[in-house]
Amino acid sequence: MLYSIGKDSAVMLHLAMKAFYPAKPPFPLLHVDTTWKFRDMIAFRDKLTQDLGLQLLVHINQDGLDRGIGPFTHGSAVHTDVMKTQGLKQALDKYGFDAAFGGARRDEEKSRAKERVFSFRSAQHRWDPKRQRPELWNQYNARKNKGESLRVFPLSNWTELDIWQYIYLENIPIVPLYYAARRPVVRRDGTLIMVDDDRMPLRPGEQPEMKSVRFRTLGCYPLTGAIESEAATLPEIIQEMLLTTSSERQGRVIDHDSAASMEKKKQEGYF
Amino acid sequence: MAHKSDLIATDIQAYLKSHEHKSLLRFITCGSVDDGKSTLIGRLLYESKMIFEDQLTVLEADSKKVGTQGGELDFALLVDGLAAEREQGITIDVAYRFFSTDRRKFIVADTPGHEQYTRNMVTGASTADVAVILIDARKGVLTQTRRHSYIVSLIGIKHVVLAINKMDLVGYSQQTFDKIVAEYREFAAQIGLTNIVPVPLSALRGDNMLERSSATNWYQGPTLMEYLETVEIDDDLQQRPFRLPVQWVNRPNQDFRGFAGTIASGSIRKGDTIRALPSGRTSKVARIVTHDGDLEQAVAGQSITLTLTDEVDISRGDVIAAAASPPAVADQFQATIIWMHEEAMLPGRPYLIKLGSRTVTGSITTPKYKVNVNTLEHLAAKQLELNEIGVCNLSLDRAVAFDPYTDNRETGGFILIDKISNDTVGAGLLSFALRRAENIHWQALDVNKHARAGLKGQRACVLWFTGLSGAGKSTIANLVEKRLHSLGRHTYTLDGDNVRHGLNKDLGFTDADRVENIRRVAEVSKLMVDAGLIVLVSFISPFRSERRLARDLMQQGEFFEVFVDTPLEEAEKRDPKGLYKKARRGELQNFTGITSPYEAPEHPEIHLRTALSSPEAAAEEIMNRLRDAGMLYPADELSGL
Repeated sequence: MLYSIGKDSAVMLHLAMKAFYPAKPPFPLLHVDTTWKFRDMIAFRDKLTQDLGLQLLVHINQDGLDRGIGPFTHGSAVHTDVMKTQGLKQALDKYGFDAAFGGARRDEEKSRAKERVFSFRSAQHRWDPKRQRPELWNQYNARKNKGESLRVFPLSNWTELDIWQYIYLENIPIVPLYYAARRPVVRRDGTLIMVDDDRMPLRPGEQPEMKSVRFRTLGCYPLTGAIESEAATLPEIIQEMLLTTSSERQGRVIDHDSAASMEKKKQEGYF
Repeated sequence: MAHKSDLIATDIQAYLKSHEHKSLLRFITCGSVDDGKSTLIGRLLYESKMIFEDQLTVLEADSKKVGTQGGELDFALLVDGLAAEREQGITIDVAYRFFSTDRRKFIVADTPGHEQYTRNMVTGASTADVAVILIDARKGVLTQTRRHSYIVSLIGIKHVVLAINKMDLVGYSQQTFDKIVAEYREFAAQIGLTNIVPVPLSALRGDNMLERSSATNWYQGPTLMEYLETVEIDDDLQQRPFRLPVQWVNRPNQDFRGFAGTIASGSIRKGDTIRALPSGRTSKVARIVTHDGDLEQAVAGQSITLTLTDEVDISRGDVIAAAASPPAVADQFQATIIWMHEEAMLPGRPYLIKLGSRTVTGSITTPKYKVNVNTLEHLAAKQLELNEIGVCNLSLDRAVAFDPYTDNRETGGFILIDKISNDTVGAGLLSFALRRAENIHWQALDVNKHARAGLKGQRACVLWFTGLSGAGKSTIANLVEKRLHSLGRHTYTLDGDNVRHGLNKDLGFTDADRVENIRRVAEVSKLMVDAGLIVLVSFISPFRSERRLARDLMQQGEFFEVFVDTPLEEAEKRDPKGLYKKARRGELQNFTGITSPYEAPEHPEIHLRTALSSPEAAAEEIMNRLRDAGMLYPADELSGL
C-alpha cells in the first residue's frame, strides 16, 4: 500500500485495518521519501506504523540523492520527476509488487475522473488512458502478466468532503499540519511556504514570519502552499473547506504547468 | 467545495450530521455531444456550486480559447477530461463526476453516445440507478435514443429521465414536447421501460434544470434536479435471500477462521442457518465480526467476516447463502454477452469468467442471435464483434452458484477475461441454467447424434443429390465436400457407382433391386447422420417414392433434397462416361432418361439449374443453404476448439 502520510492515505489505511480485522493487512506500507517531506509527516509516519504493528518500507531514490536533486536547486518539475516518479518506479521494481494501493480520488482532477479502480500499468509503469479495461459492477480484473502491475484506488468514488467526514466520524489520526497553528512561513510567488528546516534558502528581503496557517494537502514542504487559517478542530477544517472558493489541488505547485499536466504525469507513472 | 447550505456557516456540526445521512444516487447520462450532454453535466456541477474559483478562471480562459459558445462559459469544457477528448471535442471514455446538494450526494457516469462506444455506456450503466436520456428537441427520438434506451433496459436501470433538451430552439413548444414523449413511450414500452419522467430542458440556458422555467408554464412536472433529489430507488436487495460471495478466508491464528466479503443481498443474524455453495454444506452463524465489534445483524452492502459453528471447508469464490433459499448451482447457462474488445469473441475459445469472487474457465457457443442495438432486430451471428450484444450459451469448467441477473446484479453479472492478454474483453448477464444442476452432481451429457455433431461444429444431415446421369451430381458433391472439409467439418460421400462396387454389388438394375439399392444407401446414411456426419449422397435416384423412403428415415430438417437439374440434351451432350451413347445404341437397359423415366422432385430443398450456373456457383449455393439452415457453426469457432 502506497502510504503518502496524507489524509487520504490515513483513510485508506484505516479501511484496510478494518477490512482484514482481526488479521493485520497482509501487505507492507511503502513510502517513497523525497527527503523533502515536512518533519511532522515523518514523525507521524514512524509513530503510526509502530503503533499499528505494520511493516513500513521507505524508499529514497539514492541516485537522485547522490546527484543532489532538490526542489530549490532543480525546480519542482525535475525534483518531482526524479525523487517521486522515478523513486516510485525504482521501489516497485525493487520489491516486484503485483499491485499497489493508492489513495487517489476521481474528484481530484479531470484526468483522474476516468481512472479505473483497478488501473493497469505496463511493465514500464505507464498508464494508457486509451487502453483502459472496462470496469463493470464491482467486478475488478486483477489479472496481469509478469512485469506488469496494477494500481488499485479504493477511494476512487470518495469526495474530499467524504474523506474529511469519515476522518471525523471514525476519529482517524492525521498529521497535525492539517490543523491551524502558528508556523514560520514566507510568501513566495504568491504562495505561503513554510520554512520547515534550514535547507530553504531565503531570497533577499525574505524574512520568515509566524502566521496561523494549515495545509489542505501535504507533500514536499517547498512545493506545498499553506493557507492562513484559524481552524484547529476537524469541524472547523471541514467548515473552512466547504466555504472555500478554490480547489484542493490549488496549493500544489506541480499542477499548474499546463492544462493537461496531470494526465502527462500519470502516463509517465506519477501517482 | 462550495456548498451553499447556510448551515455550513452557522452550525457545521448540524450540517455534518445531515450530510452523514444523505443518500447517494448514481446516475448515467446518455446522449451525444450534439445533444448537449456535457453542457448538462457541466451546468449541474456549476449550479450546485461545485466549481471553484480557480477552476472557473481556467474555464473562462478555455471558453475563450476553444469554447463553442462565442466566448460565453462553455460548460462542456468542465467535463471533457482527457487531452485527446478536448482536441477532438468528443467524450471517449467513462468519466465519473461528483456533486451534492442539501438533499443528496450524486455520482454521474458521463459516457459517450456514439455506437462505437457502446461498451463505455454499458460500463457506466452497470453501477447506475437512474438514466438521463438526452434528446435534442429539434430532432426527436433518434436511432441512438433507441440504442441508449435498450442498453439501459438491458443493464436493468429502472428509472429513466427523458431529458428533452434544447427546448429554447423549438420555441418551448408543448406540442413538440408531447409528440416526442408519446413516440418515446410507445417505444419504451416494447423494451420494458415503464418508469419514465420526461422533462423539457435547456441545459444551455438553465430552463428546468434547477429552477422551474417561466418559458414552459404548460409543464407541471419536476425540474431535473428536483427529480434527481427525490426519486426513490426501490432497493429491494435487502429483501432478497442472503448472499455473501466469499472474498477472503481470514485466518490470523489457529483459533480463528472467518469468511470475509461484502453482502450482495439479504441480511444475516447470529444463529442463522447458512449453506455454503457449491459444496452445499450447511452450518450456523457463530459471530458477525467487524473491527468495531461483533454485530447481531448485517445487511446488503455491509462488509463483514462470518464465523461458523462448524468446520466447513469454504474458500474464496464460494457463496454463503441463506440455507432455506440458496442460489442455483450450474455449469451451463444462457447469457447475454456484450463484447468489449477489438478482437472478436470466438465461440469455443476458452475465456476466464469472473462471477462474484469466483474466476473459472469457460467457453461460449455460437450466438443464438445478436441484437441490432439500433432496431432491436435479432440477427444471425457467427461471432460477436466489438460493441455487439448477443445471446449465447455459456459452458464453465466447474459449477458455480448464481442468480439470474435480473434478480441480482452482483451474483448474476460476470466479466470475460482473455487468457493471454488479460484484457477484460466482455461482460455477461446470466439468464438461466441450461440444465437443472441444482443437485450439484455433474451428469454426463448423453453421447448422441447432437453431441457427436457438436464436436465438429456442425449439425448432422444428408445432402441427397438427385438428377440425370451426367447432370453434375458427383462434381458438385465433390466440391461441396472439399469446402466443408477445408472448414474442418466431418463429411462422407456415398456415391452410387462406388457403393455398387461393394455394399450393393449383389444388386442389379431391376425395379426391386433399385429400391433395395436406395433402401440400403438410405439406411447407411441414417447411421452416418447418427454418427454426426454431414453425408453427401450422389445417386440418380429417379423415383420419387425411393427418395421419399430416404427422407422418411431422417428427422425433420436433416434431409436436403438437392435437385441437380440438367436438361437431357445437355446431359447427353456431356456424356462423361459414354453411357448415353451406349443406351442409344441399345446396349444399356433401364437407362434413366432414355429407356426409364426420371421423376423430377416437386419440392426439392435445393434446386440447381446447371445450365445457368457453374458447378462452383452451385456448390456455393449449397454452402449458403447449409449455413442459413444452421447446420454449420461459424468457421472461426473451430480454431478455438
